[in-house]
Amino acid sequence: MDETNIGLWGVPLAILAGAIRVSTPFIFVSLGEAITERSGRINLGLEGTLVFGAMTAYAVAVLTGSPWLGVLAAMAAGAVFGLIHGFICRFPRVNDIAIGIAMMQFGLGFAFFLGKPFIQPSAPKLPSIPLGNWSSYPQVQAALNINVLFFIGFALSLFLFWAFRNTRPGLILRVVGDSTDAARAMGINPDRVRLLATALGGSLAAVGGAYLSLYYPGSWNEGISSGQGLMAVALVIFARWNPIHCFLAALLFGGTGALGPALKSVGVTQGYYLFYAAPYVLTLAILIATSSPHRALSGAPGALSLTK
Amino acid sequence: MTVQANDPALSLNAGGGATFRPLLEWLARRAEPVVIGSAAILAGLMLFSLFILAIGKSPVALFQLMYTGGFGSWFSLQNSLSRAAPLLLTALCVALPARLGLVIIGGEGALVLGGVAAAAVAAPLTGFLPPYPALIVMAVASMIVGGIWIGAVGFLRHYRGVNETISSLLLAYIAIALMNQLVEGLLRDPASLNKPSTMPLPPGYMIGDIPGMDVHWGLVISIIACVGSWILIEMTSYGFAARMAGGNVRAAQIQGLPVGRLIVGFTAIAGTFAGLAGMLEVAAVQGSANGSIAAGYGYTGILVAFLARHNPLAIIPIAFLLGGLEASGGLIQRRMGLPDATVVALQGTLFIVILFCETFYGRFKVFNPDLWKRRT
Amino acid sequence: MTKLLSMNRRNFLQVSAAGLAASALPGLTPGTALAQTALTVGFIYVGPKDDYGYNQAHAEGAAVIKAMPGVTLVEEENVPETVDVQKTMESMINLDGASLVFPTSFGYFDPHMLAMAAKYPDTQFRHCGGLWQAGKHPANTGSYFGYIHQGQYLNGVAAGNATKSKKIGFVAAKPIPQVVQNVNAFLLGARSVDPTITCQVIFTGEWSLAIKEAEATNALVDQGVDVITCHVDSPKVVVETAAGRGAFVCGYHADQSPLAPEKYLTGAEWAWGKVYTDFITKAQAGEKLGNFVRGGLKDGFVKMSALGPGVSEKGRKMFDATLAEAMTGKLSVFKGPLNDNKGNAVIAADKAYAEDAIDLESMAYLVEGVVGSTS
Repeated sequence: MDETNIGLWGVPLAILAGAIRVSTPFIFVSLGEAITERSGRINLGLEGTLVFGAMTAYAVAVLTGSPWLGVLAAMAAGAVFGLIHGFICRFPRVNDIAIGIAMMQFGLGFAFFLGKPFIQPSAPKLPSIPLGNWSSYPQVQAALNINVLFFIGFALSLFLFWAFRNTRPGLILRVVGDSTDAARAMGINPDRVRLLATALGGSLAAVGGAYLSLYYPGSWNEGISSGQGLMAVALVIFARWNPIHCFLAALLFGGTGALGPALKSVGVTQGYYLFYAAPYVLTLAILIATSSPHRALSGAPGALSLTK
Repeated sequence: MTVQANDPALSLNAGGGATFRPLLEWLARRAEPVVIGSAAILAGLMLFSLFILAIGKSPVALFQLMYTGGFGSWFSLQNSLSRAAPLLLTALCVALPARLGLVIIGGEGALVLGGVAAAAVAAPLTGFLPPYPALIVMAVASMIVGGIWIGAVGFLRHYRGVNETISSLLLAYIAIALMNQLVEGLLRDPASLNKPSTMPLPPGYMIGDIPGMDVHWGLVISIIACVGSWILIEMTSYGFAARMAGGNVRAAQIQGLPVGRLIVGFTAIAGTFAGLAGMLEVAAVQGSANGSIAAGYGYTGILVAFLARHNPLAIIPIAFLLGGLEASGGLIQRRMGLPDATVVALQGTLFIVILFCETFYGRFKVFNPDLWKRRT
Repeated sequence: MTKLLSMNRRNFLQVSAAGLAASALPGLTPGTALAQTALTVGFIYVGPKDDYGYNQAHAEGAAVIKAMPGVTLVEEENVPETVDVQKTMESMINLDGASLVFPTSFGYFDPHMLAMAAKYPDTQFRHCGGLWQAGKHPANTGSYFGYIHQGQYLNGVAAGNATKSKKIGFVAAKPIPQVVQNVNAFLLGARSVDPTITCQVIFTGEWSLAIKEAEATNALVDQGVDVITCHVDSPKVVVETAAGRGAFVCGYHADQSPLAPEKYLTGAEWAWGKVYTDFITKAQAGEKLGNFVRGGLKDGFVKMSALGPGVSEKGRKMFDATLAEAMTGKLSVFKGPLNDNKGNAVIAADKAYAEDAIDLESMAYLVEGVVGSTS
């Protein structure tokens, strides 16, 4: 009994473990949105894509028995959502923020509608990599039992950081995002770039949903998302469209989210609603501290309607 | 798809001479949103019919039930109006800042704190103040709290450069946590055992129904707020300045407009409306503040405002339409055995099509008298 | 509108025919049979009907009465505790002709159901929870509830036998009396096996929020807790997460054993089918429904899930013995001397509360041995 009792050490460990467990959906949605917003378009509807992705992944995993097929199906569904959004927003006078909010409703509605028969069955879960077997503490083992998608998300953030700066598609994306006219002058079709960027963003957001339903919490029901999709879109602005910052912001957000339950499990139980608000308070505080009225948001794509 | 010059409206005008022309022009300009909006709704319903057909149900039955449940009887109409009432004010909370180019999505936060504030000030007033003054105090308290909450978003935006969309969203989550903490702690009525709530309002402090209707006075108050907001935006210099600043902040600053004051002022007014919506939920529906006031009206209001193209008058019919859709949701569940999400899916489909159809504005000559051929 | 009314009439005639056929049975006069046919019953749920929890338990009960002759069941799920639920009740009464309505969520009572009851005095309303008071609330309303804390006590007995770390855990929604009672009963059940056992409770603050429930479960397991139960609307996430981490689980609301066949010890389930059948039978016979209906294991309001493979032979014996005592209605879970977890005496040494003691319904303390606080 005693060798498994780690007392107060459980708190930092729980925060670390929580950061890793909870952050993955934020990582994928915010990376997807970073790509979309870098192209000068905003997709506020990724919450709907995330939930639809969660449902699709779960349903396909139940039907085929393969969680990875579920992830692929979610990506395809997310890409379709992105394509719809991208296609509609290329028309003049169409407001991308408004369409995003409508798409959110659309995604939630159809996910709940089509997902009804899949609430009861259990789906096979995504595998995780046990990195903590060196430790004799089950808590450490559990904390370091990390899902593959987390590592993919980490690698993706590094890759995108590099690719935005050093590759031709990255350059094209940034040119389109900064100025539609400049892109046209360079012979780039901005609509096509934005369409692809929105589709890519959608498919990544759906992977975030697949993580929710197939790994953690690992269940499909109508309360599966507590606004992760919407919050992740906000985190992109917080992270100044920098993929590595997106990753770190997601970790920070996930870690502070685990603070409440971790403190309670060791008996600090006063004011628990306020502990649950900690991630939001911290994000807001950092945002206020790092913003400045004298310069525009550094790194903001020039053609982005949200920050104009 | 551009309409050719020889369409009936124009030929009619050709014979009529100058007398009919102003009337026709007026009609043409007003007809554009109505015609395009209705066509969009029809197209959206047809699209959704395909889905309903695909799952083997009858779209005709669905639309009949929607009509019956939302609009088809006096009871259903009142049902729709009751559901529309809270959306009017929360939509204003989005529409007013939108005129300045700000996207605020955290009206829910101002709503819940407004509700808590109203309930908190009502408790010590009970027995001292007669109903009407008490209601006014409650309304003012809720509006002050809501105004500060969203006004802070505007303040942070202008004086600290903090993005208003993200700060308003974060503040909404924080407000809901605060509300829960207060309702289950400091302000809790010890007798509210299994549903933590503030002290219940005495029955006299409750806002009643409109005579002859089953809808509370909050609907009238909200409609007045919409009309007032429209006047503010369209008819006052303040509103004109705001629209200028919304078009181009830098140009407005160069012209010497007080952009900071406008932003803080408009966001604060927006917040007072959301706060008032919270007070109405407490004083006309719930009877106390508790977790149920965070019902998502603030988020639905975003949708209403965008569909109304941030026009405070257009918010009224759009909220009614949305209320009607939600009112019919129950019948659709009960009679057709379709899940409750049917209405949400239909809303999504409908709204995407409606918003998509904005692209057709200004494309039809028939709606634009400036392009009509002049015969002199 | 007229179309719908005629549709109702057609349905009515069809069911009438069925009722008349039934009236051929001895002991039933055609008159009562016709009265039976008029019974349309409305059920309103606050969440999805298939949540593996609170709402599913009620929906399973509703499914039982759906099969009864002469009953038309109308249901609506995901109805928030706002003006929406008032309008749903009204719509069921006005458009479907419901004469008996069950708004099943706790928060539907005040002001929503009370407002509708005043407006529709001819309709009967029965609400799940223990809120109805004679003289204070209208006669066409009433409450029904079960002593499910006894089920949690039995969960505790199973947990106390299964725990090795002597730490058990509880994922709870809000610190309200119904939940607090369950937390205390769970610990007291475990302490009846071994008085050194402690129970950690984490309040998530929400009735249904998957990610917080999963985080709370993980936090408990990280602290060495090896048996977990919960009181949230949908226990699916807690059960799957706990079992995934290797902890034993005790269920709540409905049977969750299919979610964790190896780790599921037992569970405290509602048996609403019986409660609703009783109401309908009385309504059809023209009897009074009763305004304050409560019952426990003995009365068939609450039942225990079948014991899982993780329960030892010794545990099974203790469980069965305690269950047998509970089935007599004589089991007293809360008896003195009992202190709360701040050291104050809350029940005197000579006092023992019966399962239906009204004092239990305002319980605001956590007993000694529970780690956590209600504020």
